[in-house]
Amino acid sequence: MDVFWISLLVLGLIGAVFALLLYYVAQRFWVPEDPLIDEVLSVLPGANCGGCGKAGCKAMAEAFVKQGNMEGLRCPVGGESVARKVAALLDCSPLVTEPQVATVRCSACFAKQPTTLYDGLKDCAFVSSVYVGDGGCAYGCLGYGNCVPTCQFGAIKMDQERRIPVIDDDKCTGCGACANACPRHVIELRNRGVNNQKVFVRCVNQDKGVEARKVCTKACIGCGKCERTCLFGAVTVQNNVAYVDVRKCKQCRKCVVECPTGALVAQNFATPLKSQDSD
Amino acid sequence: MLYVSDSPHIHSADSTHLMMWHVFVAMLPMFVVSILFFGLSALIITLTSVVCCCLFQWVIERFVFHRPSMVGDGSAVVTGMLLAFNVPATPSMYWIIIIGALVSMGIGKMAFGGLGHNPFNPALVGRVFMLISFPVQMTTWPVAKQWISGQVDAMTGPTPLGLIKETIANGGTIADVSSQLPSWGSYVLGSMGGSLGEVSALAIIAGGVYLLCCKVITWRIPVSFIGAAFLLSGLLWLVDADMYLDPLHTLLSGGLLLGAFFMATDMVTSPMSHSGQLVFGIGCGLLTVVIRTWGAYPEGVSFAILLMNAVTPLINKGFRPKRFSA
Amino acid sequence: MLKTFAIGGIHPSDNKLAANQPIEYLPLPQQVVVMMSQHIGAPAVSLVEPGDKVLVGQLIGEGKAFMSANIHSPVSGVVTKVDMCRDIAGMPKPAVYINVEGDEWLSTIDRSPEIKYECNLDPSQVFDKIKEMGIVGLGGATFPTHIKYAANDDRNIDYLIVNGVECEPYLTADSRLLVEHATEICIAIDIVRQARGIAHAAIGIEANKPEAIALMTQVAGRFESLEVVPLKMKYPQGAEKQLIYAITHRRVPSGKLPIDVGCIISNAGTMFAIYEALQKNKPLFERVVTVTGKGVKTQHNYKVRVGTSIKSLVEFSIGEIPGSVGKIISGGPMMGKAIFNLDAPTTKGMGGVLIMNESESVRQEETTCIRCGKCLNACPMGLEPYLFSALVRHERYAEARQRNILDCIECGSCAYSCPAHKPLTSEIRLGKAKVRAMMPKK
Repeated sequence: MDVFWISLLVLGLIGAVFALLLYYVAQRFWVPEDPLIDEVLSVLPGANCGGCGKAGCKAMAEAFVKQGNMEGLRCPVGGESVARKVAALLDCSPLVTEPQVATVRCSACFAKQPTTLYDGLKDCAFVSSVYVGDGGCAYGCLGYGNCVPTCQFGAIKMDQERRIPVIDDDKCTGCGACANACPRHVIELRNRGVNNQKVFVRCVNQDKGVEARKVCTKACIGCGKCERTCLFGAVTVQNNVAYVDVRKCKQCRKCVVECPTGALVAQNFATPLKSQDSD
Repeated sequence: MLYVSDSPHIHSADSTHLMMWHVFVAMLPMFVVSILFFGLSALIITLTSVVCCCLFQWVIERFVFHRPSMVGDGSAVVTGMLLAFNVPATPSMYWIIIIGALVSMGIGKMAFGGLGHNPFNPALVGRVFMLISFPVQMTTWPVAKQWISGQVDAMTGPTPLGLIKETIANGGTIADVSSQLPSWGSYVLGSMGGSLGEVSALAIIAGGVYLLCCKVITWRIPVSFIGAAFLLSGLLWLVDADMYLDPLHTLLSGGLLLGAFFMATDMVTSPMSHSGQLVFGIGCGLLTVVIRTWGAYPEGVSFAILLMNAVTPLINKGFRPKRFSA
Repeated sequence: MLKTFAIGGIHPSDNKLAANQPIEYLPLPQQVVVMMSQHIGAPAVSLVEPGDKVLVGQLIGEGKAFMSANIHSPVSGVVTKVDMCRDIAGMPKPAVYINVEGDEWLSTIDRSPEIKYECNLDPSQVFDKIKEMGIVGLGGATFPTHIKYAANDDRNIDYLIVNGVECEPYLTADSRLLVEHATEICIAIDIVRQARGIAHAAIGIEANKPEAIALMTQVAGRFESLEVVPLKMKYPQGAEKQLIYAITHRRVPSGKLPIDVGCIISNAGTMFAIYEALQKNKPLFERVVTVTGKGVKTQHNYKVRVGTSIKSLVEFSIGEIPGSVGKIISGGPMMGKAIFNLDAPTTKGMGGVLIMNESESVRQEETTCIRCGKCLNACPMGLEPYLFSALVRHERYAEARQRNILDCIECGSCAYSCPAHKPLTSEIRLGKAKVRAMMPKK
């Protein structure tokens, strides 16, 4: 029986000493924290995607509380509802921005059969530093999928056949992580249209038309037809490539019909346009 | 079709595969010697061990990891050979070695993710497991056939180290048993009691020199291992020649040479920098002598190497290469 | 015992197949495309318009930025357009297209074969002339030479090191220059050394070029404080930090330049270009290019006007490119760049075109690291490539920086020696780019 009591005593004492030690350490190194931070954190989406530019949701919550208002701080994932909740907690006016969606501005059309095989590190940023890519386009998607793992919401998948990322508009939260990961800035965050309807130039090739056509049949050649067609001044051509300004675009799709190469596309419309492919 | 890649565009002839086969070739002299001395049983044990190691790796990769098997890289063959070289050539080993192979490959290697990820030398993990689980069978030594003197019957006898351990434990001195120790010629050729691969110093050194010439291993680990063991045992011998074995016997008996050239130099489980390799070898040498002299087992090479394997990550952190522009 | 650098290094077989081929002149092409950025730094600004007639050696691009270099016309003819062209990687770069008509040189260029020993220029004029003639480092980095020798820098420099090592396998352009133009190179070294007020000059040559060592030693004896240092063969001896160590036993500290340890280092080819610029008034518009490799039957060293397309150079040398060719490289096999676009023009920095067979070209599949430590023992900078590989794969860039990833000179020794065929150098390059991107902008 002695053994039992002795071991109980010894273990009990050890436990007590450590408990005291823990208590002391917890008190001594206590960092006072504004309880508001945890409250704000609880209304943030918690994906730690970094879309706000902070290290994660916790850092964002700290930034909100420290600043006391929402000026310049925006959670792209949470959108309007989160913004209103945060504003209520901080007791300030909510910063409401339009929801955005990532858009891949490349059709990954290899006009000619690749003449080379890439035999190196499969990483877009790296490939981009080695050469232009098998398609020969110095601006377009390289197809090695750096964007895919950055998405915390499972919204990007690689189309293996066409070697281009495909974005699921419903899952995309517009956090922008993929756009930051793309070394060629092919992915753009654009304001989400009604029913996800999009009209945009699916090309970022800044070469002159002749050069662009050599590497891609669906490249924007900067001909300016769209710019002349648009009644709202929403389409502009700069550096040999057209751009549709979402704010001005009324989604009439006249430019889409005019585009000679099919670089201007309309997506997610209920009524298909004639002479427009549906992808 | 042209290839595009970044530089360098050429590669040395080296490959993991090739290095493993170099090790295999380096072990052939020991294999031949073991068959000469221990006969058919040596052949059976070695083949069983190699086949089992390959099979277990294949099964685990195929049905547990669901990935294409890497058996072709030859590392399982090398592990199998080394495992067999670490056991005595008795018939009871025919089945024990299968368990040893399973532990080697399953726990020693594949549990960590396969080649390159294992912290401990898989062959030694298997050997130590067998030594602890089957102490009698693992320390029953057949005496090698005395084919030089014409005597062919195999009989059971202790290893030199076991003999000394027992004598000292019973209050005797080394001088009492010196007549029973093998002759220098037996040490070199291998006609003495011991595990399959460890008996012939000549065969081990031939293999070691081959590995050095092929640049599979560097001189650092074997030399520091042997040197440290020699120095420490020499120091002890000078203190008391009755209680401590002389350094030359220390080197030639047991698995020290086999360990220094083939076990400690396992690339996966040894440090990478030059200084780290020296530290590792010295640690192995000192621990071997310490375990042999004061430990419970007569032989300490396996334990010494396993202990140093455990600190290899620390050595890699502590002994980094010297920077050019530091 | 020959000198060499301290740690690491590898011994690839040197394959100097074209070592005994004298330098030949490549016939003039129909058209040249002269890139405006053939150097590190800002592209030169084009001075010509379509329709302009130009002569050989005429200034057509001016290096206006601080870090830039002049570009001269390599041919005589008519400018057809000033537009973008695609470089060997396929990237668009500004260029001047010239249709070749005859071969009419500027009258100021001295085309006589006589060797001119005397130099009448005073020190500042020497470096102005080097700038005017568009001289850049011809070892591959194409650093504008006049900036390297910037005359107003008051740091004490006591060693002028000339790189005649050519440690890259296959390449023989520099060794041919050393053999055929030993005197000219020594004259240039002497002029530059005196103009910059440097006490010693040394030219390092690897032991696989005994002919060059013998000849250079003989010629260098006629010049004051010019030493020829034979070096043990080891790659990357031609890397500037390694060469400085081999010759002077000085270590360039991390993040510093050779000038910080009192050394200036130039390539032997650059020295020949400097000779022509100073003594013959000839701008840098042609250079020696080795066309070699196991993929071709004949090996050549050509003197090529920059702007000649790589395709025409290769086709003149070996005819139609056979289907068995797997890779064509601009430069050597260790640090050269694989060519994506064969229509790209040659540039000042291109020392060789290496044509590899298909069997040599394909990289073997990577297996797991077995921690053999070969990369670590091959690294001439004493770094841990295997560790960088792991850190980069796990995106732990801060740690990679702490372990001095930026010290890496990208020589490729680690990837060359890795038995698991891991793309170590590539991963380190990626890691360096990420680390640099993370660092605060100056």
